[in-house]
Amino acid sequence: MPTKAAFVRKDMLAPQEPPVSERGAIKWARENLFSGPLNTFLTIVGVLAVFLIVKSALPWLLNGVWNANSMAECREIVAARHGEGATGACWAMVRERWHQYLFGFYPQELFWRPTMAFGLMFVALAPVLYFGNRTINMRMTAVAGVLTILALAGVSASFPQTIAGSEAGGLALLAAVIVFAGLTAVAWMAPRRLLILTLLYPAIGFYLLWGGSIWGPVGALAGFAILAVVYNLTKAQLGVVVATGAGVVVAAIWWLVVQSHVTGALHSILPLGTAHVDSDEFGGFLLAFVIGVTAIAASLPMGILLALGRRSDMPLIKALSVGFIEFIRGVPLITMLFTASLLLQYFLPPRSNFDLILRVIILVTFFSAAYIAEVIRGGLAALPRGQYEAADALGLDYWQAQRLIVMPQALKISIPGIVSSFIGLFKDTTLVALVGLHDPLQGVTKVVRAAIEWKGIYWEPYIFVGLIFFACCFSMSRYSMYLERKLKRDHR
Amino acid sequence: MAYVASVPKESFRLSMLVYDTRYRSYTIQIAVLILFLAFLGWLLNNTIVNLAAKDKDINFSFLFQRAGYDIDQQLIPYTNDSTHGRALFVGLFNTLIVAFFGCILATFIGVFVGVLRLSKNWVVSRLMTAYVETFRNIPLLLWIILVFVIFSETAPAPRDFRATDEMVAAGQTPAASKIFFDSIAVTNRGTNIPRPFLDHPLGHVSVLDVPINLSVVAALALIAVCVWINRRLLAHAKAVQEETGIRPVVWWKSLLILFVPIIVFLYALGFHLEYPELKGFNFQGGINVAHSFTALLIAISLYTGAFIAEAVRGGILAISRGQTEASYALGLRPGKTMRLIILPQALRVIVPPLISQYLNLTKNTTLGMAISYLDLKGTLGGITLNQTGRELECMLLMMAIYLVLSLIISSGMNVFNTAMKLKER
Amino acid sequence: MKKSVMLGTLAASALLAGFASAGTLDDVKARGELICGSNTGLTGFGAPDANGNYQGFDVAICKALAAAVLGDANKVKYVPTTGETRFTALASGEVDLLVRNSTWTFSRDNDLKLDFVAVNYYDGQGFMVHKDLGVSSAKELDGATICIQTGTTTELNLADFFKSNNISYTPVTVADDSEAQRQYLAGACDAFTTDASGLAATRATLPDAENHIILPEIISKEPLGPVVRHGDSNWGDVVRWTYYALVAAEEKGITQANIEEVAASTNDPEVKRILGLEGDLGAMMGLDKEWGKRAIAASGNYGEIFAANIGEGTSIGLARGLNALYTQGGLQYAPPFR
Repeated sequence: MPTKAAFVRKDMLAPQEPPVSERGAIKWARENLFSGPLNTFLTIVGVLAVFLIVKSALPWLLNGVWNANSMAECREIVAARHGEGATGACWAMVRERWHQYLFGFYPQELFWRPTMAFGLMFVALAPVLYFGNRTINMRMTAVAGVLTILALAGVSASFPQTIAGSEAGGLALLAAVIVFAGLTAVAWMAPRRLLILTLLYPAIGFYLLWGGSIWGPVGALAGFAILAVVYNLTKAQLGVVVATGAGVVVAAIWWLVVQSHVTGALHSILPLGTAHVDSDEFGGFLLAFVIGVTAIAASLPMGILLALGRRSDMPLIKALSVGFIEFIRGVPLITMLFTASLLLQYFLPPRSNFDLILRVIILVTFFSAAYIAEVIRGGLAALPRGQYEAADALGLDYWQAQRLIVMPQALKISIPGIVSSFIGLFKDTTLVALVGLHDPLQGVTKVVRAAIEWKGIYWEPYIFVGLIFFACCFSMSRYSMYLERKLKRDHR
Repeated sequence: MAYVASVPKESFRLSMLVYDTRYRSYTIQIAVLILFLAFLGWLLNNTIVNLAAKDKDINFSFLFQRAGYDIDQQLIPYTNDSTHGRALFVGLFNTLIVAFFGCILATFIGVFVGVLRLSKNWVVSRLMTAYVETFRNIPLLLWIILVFVIFSETAPAPRDFRATDEMVAAGQTPAASKIFFDSIAVTNRGTNIPRPFLDHPLGHVSVLDVPINLSVVAALALIAVCVWINRRLLAHAKAVQEETGIRPVVWWKSLLILFVPIIVFLYALGFHLEYPELKGFNFQGGINVAHSFTALLIAISLYTGAFIAEAVRGGILAISRGQTEASYALGLRPGKTMRLIILPQALRVIVPPLISQYLNLTKNTTLGMAISYLDLKGTLGGITLNQTGRELECMLLMMAIYLVLSLIISSGMNVFNTAMKLKER
Repeated sequence: MKKSVMLGTLAASALLAGFASAGTLDDVKARGELICGSNTGLTGFGAPDANGNYQGFDVAICKALAAAVLGDANKVKYVPTTGETRFTALASGEVDLLVRNSTWTFSRDNDLKLDFVAVNYYDGQGFMVHKDLGVSSAKELDGATICIQTGTTTELNLADFFKSNNISYTPVTVADDSEAQRQYLAGACDAFTTDASGLAATRATLPDAENHIILPEIISKEPLGPVVRHGDSNWGDVVRWTYYALVAAEEKGITQANIEEVAASTNDPEVKRILGLEGDLGAMMGLDKEWGKRAIAASGNYGEIFAANIGEGTSIGLARGLNALYTQGGLQYAPPFR
């Protein structure tokens, strides 16, 4: 017989609020910050470290002076505002010299050209980086366009005394608006067409940066046309390798012997061109980007060949590739730079000296080619063996298999690696100061400090340059991570 | 078989060199070889012509001439009367010591940060992410300069350590004092640490002008012998354990074998520490470690550590979650799980990128020139080059040395890597 | 991808352009531009300003030379060189001359195959110390830590000085001038040593200049001057006499402002020869008659250049000292123009 219960609950209790320690911010803090003695200790140490850093640097940063004409004036202003003995940053230097950090000694009235080249670079890169994805392409083109136009307007406004501020600047602005609007439209309607811009970009970028006669870049491009024609005509008879070789030889003859005469003649008939800028006027981040981007772009074909050579069955080719890669990877970049500045004069024919920036770019290209080769080798190794076998089964020859099956996949996998190579190289461009070029970190800073009014300035240039470097490299590494995630998804 | 036999035997034609895949590779290789040799010959010829035009020669005799400059950090005896060749070795040892300690320090930092980045502690993991991202995305050159400047700006000047008679009378203490039981003095020009000193040293033997300290050699030999005996002891203990299931107590024997002989040896030689003391402008006595060394070491370790941390994190993430769960199921705590289960497995993924980071670190020591750390680049590729004007010889020698260094490191690490490889049966 | 080959063609065309005739003078004339190896940045002597125009005491020599040879003081390209790259840049023909505070020494002149054609600044190595140190002579610096820039003759001088006085020191090598200044100010070294001109420039810009003294000892001779390649004496002569024209101009009282007036009114035959009014000195070294006049008009005579860039009127405030004319007790002395 059931005993009579004193009380039986018939209905559910309303759920109680969780205890204070188990909800909201407190729970989060308990779980994430103070979950154990070690964690508590780490949290306290971490917070303390942040506090100390902020405490020591913040007043100096906040006391910063933006309007002054010299270091002494900065010191006076800080002393007047915050009392004797207070220290403060002298951002006035950045205000006066920012353009040297960005463009070096590039003529001020021509600042629109590197700005334009920089903006167009993103448009040219978009189809490569985002694999012809229409929306992203268009968005990137549009954003690059808007930013470039804003930058152009900013540059023109900063130098009203130069031509850029007057009509020509207005015209350049208008031209930029038209160009970017057109490109955005192309990106929207036929994203694949943007690849044409990508292929032409080296010539366009070169022309925008260096200027001079328009026939130079046209002649150089004509060399590629000649190469393509010779290759196509002889491929059937001679096979890929020999045909390429023949094409390269003919093109080289064109570039080395014929081109200068033809372009010279064309220039005298139709003197089209703009003001020429010497490469020793390049400096600051312009120089860093020119060296970094050119070296990476130019080292790609070389890196691909080296990577293929390293996997080749032919012992000699393999040995040469391995030797080159290991040699370059075994010596510090500084020695390569000093080779460019000190030793190249011994290795090249007598009295052949071309400018230092070009020599540095060539040596840095070799340097990055070795690293790119290793990245691409990684990509090649990551391809499943079945891909190679399938290509063989289809009866493709070596070059067809590489071109149609292997490389498109291997390169795609390698893009994150290539981007991180670029980040590394971009940071390493700061070393060119050691051979006397005006890199942003040390070269331009030294120039600024040599001016009597800014002698003795120390932290400000480093902070300014460091922040720009961080912004560039951080965004690139984020992009590379995004790409890695995306590629991972693709492979599943 | 019959089918193969029925193929007519082809006679060799010249065009087969290009079209026949059997011969084509030889053709290509010979062509490449000829081109390569021609290229080398061209370079050599240019060099000879250029040298003749400049009325110069390739001559390494400058290595035996008086250097005339001083180096502030020297691991082997060197004065400004020594030769350029000796300056080269001073520089080389300076490079090696930074690279060596840098690799060790960077590995510690990298593993520590890599593990902590995956920590559940919000502040810590964010801080570590911030550390990794800032260091990876800002040029190393800037970090080296910054660390160096922080050292020389924040540390006290040597005169702040001085307690003058008036200050003692007034009961004041000096503005700065030595740390670690009054033994290490960090000033704005360097760190002075105590120097181990022997009253009855065993003397020196000079090999190639480099004095070799016999006491150190003897001590190292003694340690090696002790470690070997200890190994034998442990092996024996293990054998007994396998045999009987009972592990004999060995820890005190181990301690005895490892420490007593060396302590007795040092005592016999009269070991004591020489502490730095403030005399004149500077601290005298003890070992003075210049800030250029410390700053380069710290900056390069922090920078490389950020990259190693990423490699470590990648390695840990590559180990499947099941391993952790299995370990928890066995009752291991998170710390032990990481140490005994995850890290050993992750090591195989981590080691290859680690090797390239070590290589990078070694090569990056050349950036010490920004703060005038006189490494190989500073002596041979810097001052010697400048004083003698022998750029070709100096640069070639320097490249060769770095190349050999890199090859030694990568081959050494490759041996380690093979040993670490998962032994699949 | 295309860029590599394009740069290659560029290199090739530059390479072809590089083959030119033997003499530097002809090269400069053919190029229409003087390439002057300058400092990467040294206060008062050579550094680009906010607009990228090079200014300074050394730079003025380049300008005068360009005016003399090419007729336009602005046709100069400045190639910044570091301590390591400067002589190589000159030897390889990358620059036509170096005007970059380089010390004239025996081994540089002979072993490095360079020619120092003149001395535009007589310098010497000195020491700067903080007043609190209580040091009044460099010989009291026994045991001191000394900041010194690497890669120059200063380290050799320093080692020699301490050796000959039988005292010891600890060197703190620094990469450049601004680094040395910061280290010195932070107290990381007791003394800072470099050329006296550099010390003065540094001291002038310190926030508390009155607390720092420059010790009386000058421990070395540092004759600084323009350098050309060995074996091209004609070009060396052009540089040398252009420089002496500036010195002679100061002696004769020809200034940038009064040059036309002097040319119209002078009776002094040497002045006439310098200004190309009499005889044809220019032709003897491959220039036209008026080279001297243009050189002086470019940035004034030696005294004016000194006063404008590093003299007592500027914030660097160097006294003429050894660099006064010989008539005023200095060493600047131009051989006769005859």
